[in-house]
Amino acid sequence: MALLHIENLTVEFGSEKNPFRAVDNVSLQIEKGEVLGIVGESGSGKSVTAKAVMGLIDWPGRVRAENLEFDGQDLQTMPDKQRRKITGREVAMIFQEPMTSLNPCFTVGFQIAEALKIHEGGSRDARRARTLELLEQVGIPDPKARLRAFPHQLSGGMSQRVMIAMAIACHPRLLIADEPTTALDVTIQAQIIDLLLNLQRQRQMALILITHDLALVAEAAHRIVVMYAGQVVEMGPVPEIFESPRHPYTAALLEALPERSEGADRLKTIPGVVPGQFDRPTGCLLNPRCRFATDLCRQQMPQLETTADGRQVRCFMPLDAEGKPQQ
Amino acid sequence: MSTRNLILEAHNLTRYYEVSQGPFKPAAIVKALDSVSFKVEAGKTLAVVGESGCGKSTLARQVTMIERPTSGELQFDGFDLVNASDHELKTARQRVQMIFQNPYGSLNPRKKIGTIIGEPLIINSDLPKAEQEERVRNVMGKVGLRPEHYDRYPHMFSGGQRQRIAIARALMLEPKLVVADEPVSALDVSVQAQVLILLMDLQEELNLAFLFIAHDLSVVRYIADDVMVMYLGKVAEYGQTEKIFEQPRHPYTQALLASTPHLKAQNRKQRVILSGELPSPLSPPSGCVFHTRCPYANERCAIEIPILLDLDGNRQVACHGVEEGRL
Repeated sequence: MALLHIENLTVEFGSEKNPFRAVDNVSLQIEKGEVLGIVGESGSGKSVTAKAVMGLIDWPGRVRAENLEFDGQDLQTMPDKQRRKITGREVAMIFQEPMTSLNPCFTVGFQIAEALKIHEGGSRDARRARTLELLEQVGIPDPKARLRAFPHQLSGGMSQRVMIAMAIACHPRLLIADEPTTALDVTIQAQIIDLLLNLQRQRQMALILITHDLALVAEAAHRIVVMYAGQVVEMGPVPEIFESPRHPYTAALLEALPERSEGADRLKTIPGVVPGQFDRPTGCLLNPRCRFATDLCRQQMPQLETTADGRQVRCFMPLDAEGKPQQ
Repeated sequence: MSTRNLILEAHNLTRYYEVSQGPFKPAAIVKALDSVSFKVEAGKTLAVVGESGCGKSTLARQVTMIERPTSGELQFDGFDLVNASDHELKTARQRVQMIFQNPYGSLNPRKKIGTIIGEPLIINSDLPKAEQEERVRNVMGKVGLRPEHYDRYPHMFSGGQRQRIAIARALMLEPKLVVADEPVSALDVSVQAQVLILLMDLQEELNLAFLFIAHDLSVVRYIADDVMVMYLGKVAEYGQTEKIFEQPRHPYTQALLASTPHLKAQNRKQRVILSGELPSPLSPPSGCVFHTRCPYANERCAIEIPILLDLDGNRQVACHGVEEGRL
């Protein structure tokens, strides 16, 4: 039984008549203690998927799913009050910009204790002791003094540690990290990723790592989901996908990385950009940018299909091991 | 190195800032840039890397003549930028142009693309309008913008295209040196590759020199001829890109390289995770500024400031460990 079970999740914005699908029939499953990486360009629907799971999509956004279950409980039909008990406690999230996610008006200690107060209760002293313990756990030097620090007194890396402390305060079983290191320096980035992975291992917590850094996913995740324009285009175990991508989009993303093209004269690029609300093509959404597109791709939308080796690919002619399309 | 092609040369370039600490205390001095020496030739790229607060941007401010250095020498294309008169600086400024990190913030949303790109000509030349427009269209073609974009506004463009507009504006006065401050870090990988290729093509075509400020080391390896690693206003290591990436000598360079996630397992090094963050520049550590975070530091490092050593001709390293043969 999967910890988080999403089936055909769709998120739409705009009018009913002419909706814009930011997330289009996404199905995902995350097991206990698994690290799942979600990658894609901006506008591919990674963050919206995460927000839909957290219940953070407000009107006029509409979330629909055939199934949205956390640990066997249906998140869609349960009352809001009960759902709020799950989000923040069992499922926690950290955001991209730690500096703007913290409230500048309150001390760090107060903000961490607030999460504890809502979800765990307990006496004031107990909460304070636990907050101190959390700050220690996330590696903040001199945690006692930091309890009374305001967010502007902390650096970016430090703020992200505070965010992580807040997220793990109630022992979540699933942590969603939305671009947790994008705004940080490389050395601090490595510290934060190590911290997240250590916590994940210690607590057997499931981790969803949303990022556009493919190298980071290659190092940290077990499984990878590649999204394009709101759809899942490829999903499977990390080593296999990085070794031989089946979907032309995954292959193109990898080829655009300077590290992958070592020795080559020029980087390969993907022409164009992710289609927005008004320029969605017919057929496969990637066809205007795909090297291998045929007439079939321009007319029909391919379905997500499971390949012989257990990966899922949305393409009429998935690439073979040499990177050539199969007929 | 032939001096004929030398565009930019700095010798012991230093910039101090005075920071007021209150009405009755003496002002503190921040050594934002401390005796930095480097050279850039025409058609070559020097990349400056380091964490935030290491002096990269201060360096860019000296080179672009936004500020005058406190001491040292800075020669640019025959101008002595430290002692030049304001009139001379005005001429010199036309030959250095800058590309900024955030293409969303660096373009005026109220102006049309044609006006934005043509503005340098309006300010610095007295060409007739028709000829200005022709030059703008010419440059737009060079950076891959279509003629119909001339009358559009910045919000109608994606991040990658905006960065093309910023590049077009920088090329308008036919500069000899372009200072690019993290030009691709705000872009997606696919678009990042497009912009990198454009920059390299333009460099070849126009024989431009680049001062490339970046923190993504895989991008630096791809684009730069020389790399200068900075830490707290000082040069830690300086030399040819390939040599530094193949065999980094300074512990800080090693740590930076090891912190970067890699796609291929064989490229992953033993993680040297730096503990802590950059010390405050107001009270820098004694001796080697890096010793507080360095895994190999000993007593000497805490007392004596290391000098920049010349190793095998084209590389300089400031480290006691390297000098003593320990590292």
